[in-house]
Amino acid sequence: MSAISISDLCVSYGDTQVTTDIGFEIAEGESFALVGESGSGKSTVLKAIAGLAPQWTGTISVFGQLRTHGIDRPFARQCQMVFQDPYGSLHPRKTIDATLSEPLAIHRVGDQDRRIEAALDAVGLDRRFRFRFPHQLSGGQRQRVAIARALMLEPRILLLDEPTSALDVSVQAEILNLLKRLRREQGLTYLLVTHNLPVVSFLCDRLAVMRQGRVVETATADQLKDAELKSAYARELLDLSSPHAA
Amino acid sequence: MAPLLEVENLRVSFPTPRGRVEVVRGVSLALGRERLGIVGESGSGKSMTGRAILRLIRAPGRVTAERLDFEGRSLLEASEREMRGIRGARMSMVMQDPKYSLNPVMTVGAQIAEALIMHSHLSRQEIRQRVQAMLEAVRIDDPERVAGLYPHEVSGGMGQRVMIAMMLAPEPALLIADEPTSALDVSVQAQVLDIIDGLVRNKGMGLILISHDLNLVSAYCDRILVMNRGEVVEECASGRLQEATHPYTRGLLAAIPRIGETREELPVLDRSAWEPAA
Repeated sequence: MSAISISDLCVSYGDTQVTTDIGFEIAEGESFALVGESGSGKSTVLKAIAGLAPQWTGTISVFGQLRTHGIDRPFARQCQMVFQDPYGSLHPRKTIDATLSEPLAIHRVGDQDRRIEAALDAVGLDRRFRFRFPHQLSGGQRQRVAIARALMLEPRILLLDEPTSALDVSVQAEILNLLKRLRREQGLTYLLVTHNLPVVSFLCDRLAVMRQGRVVETATADQLKDAELKSAYARELLDLSSPHAA
Repeated sequence: MAPLLEVENLRVSFPTPRGRVEVVRGVSLALGRERLGIVGESGSGKSMTGRAILRLIRAPGRVTAERLDFEGRSLLEASEREMRGIRGARMSMVMQDPKYSLNPVMTVGAQIAEALIMHSHLSRQEIRQRVQAMLEAVRIDDPERVAGLYPHEVSGGMGQRVMIAMMLAPEPALLIADEPTSALDVSVQAQVLDIIDGLVRNKGMGLILISHDLNLVSAYCDRILVMNRGEVVEECASGRLQEATHPYTRGLLAAIPRIGETREELPVLDRSAWEPAA
């Protein structure tokens, strides 16, 4: 059974239709990337899945369950999202402890103390960070907190919206290693949005290239490595990603 | 010929509750009409170096240097009034994000014209023509229409091109570009850098390109300075970046994922290799 299955997905914001007939399947345990330039609708697809863009038609199903348009608690326990900007996605006046315990309170999960410590351990943060505020943390540490928050409900799918594009290359490497390790240890399924093809090559098994709200090509990571992308646009992106190596 | 810009032992410090902290610690560089790249992580002092050269650091920040000469004049001794004559006219800066650096209530054309009115004595007709010519130079297709738009009506890539047009309109001798493309898409990045590159070459200007992206800097510069914790740790010709020796530079290079990645894990920086224990 596929972890995420999407067909004929059209998302609109008001009168503007952003994506047209998006369809893909992601197997359980797979890591799948959506790539494209800004405005191609890749983040919108993620938002529709997470319930942040409720104006959509088509079908979104997660582990065989159709997603509803409203707030969907069982769905939220399966599928959590990590946002691009670690400076904007944590509440500035809540401690890390409060941030991490909020999903547990919403879903009435007990054993908070142990779960928070386990999550901090999983993302490689020292326990002394637990009662600090976001402004006392560096960008990389904040992104670790955001990943820990997404893991609190022990989801099986993580939606990652450009998780490293706001970070330095050295910190990016740490977060990418962390994401790779978490996926191995917890058997997670990833849906990653990025415009960075080398990141796809490191972290993902398959990718879909989007342009102007449509999927123009799906390929495997091996095809990306061998530069065997078929569509003209995908090749253009590939060229732009490696002009310096040439 | 004397170099365009000479900096010796530049230091920038800011006060904190625990005393003054130096964010730039003794940077020296000499720049001719060439393209120099400054790379480093956030907090390495690369942007502060660029700002200090333009004397844009305000109190309580403090800038000291043994020497800060631009076109044979000492910037340390220049008055604020003289600095206004230099900034924009002889030396200008392209900032990171066009969304925050353009005036939201002025049309694009008026903003480019403002730079010209400040620094030259051209007639209105001539200014109009120069604005159009600059917009064409940054490859904007319909300059007449774009000149009448407000910043929120243009895309990020176009906004950045407008900013470049504005900065280059008075034909400065030195352009400092502080992360000019990190707010832009990969597909637009190359375009914007190619435009900067072309204009710098054609006009024989000096360029300081500040970025955290080693590969990008090595593609567009002749010489690279690598900064860490406010100091220049390595200087090399851009073609020889792969031969860099400092562990910090090597660590940064190794941490970049590649297309066709075979490494199971990316190497992370082991800071203890060059930093004294805190």
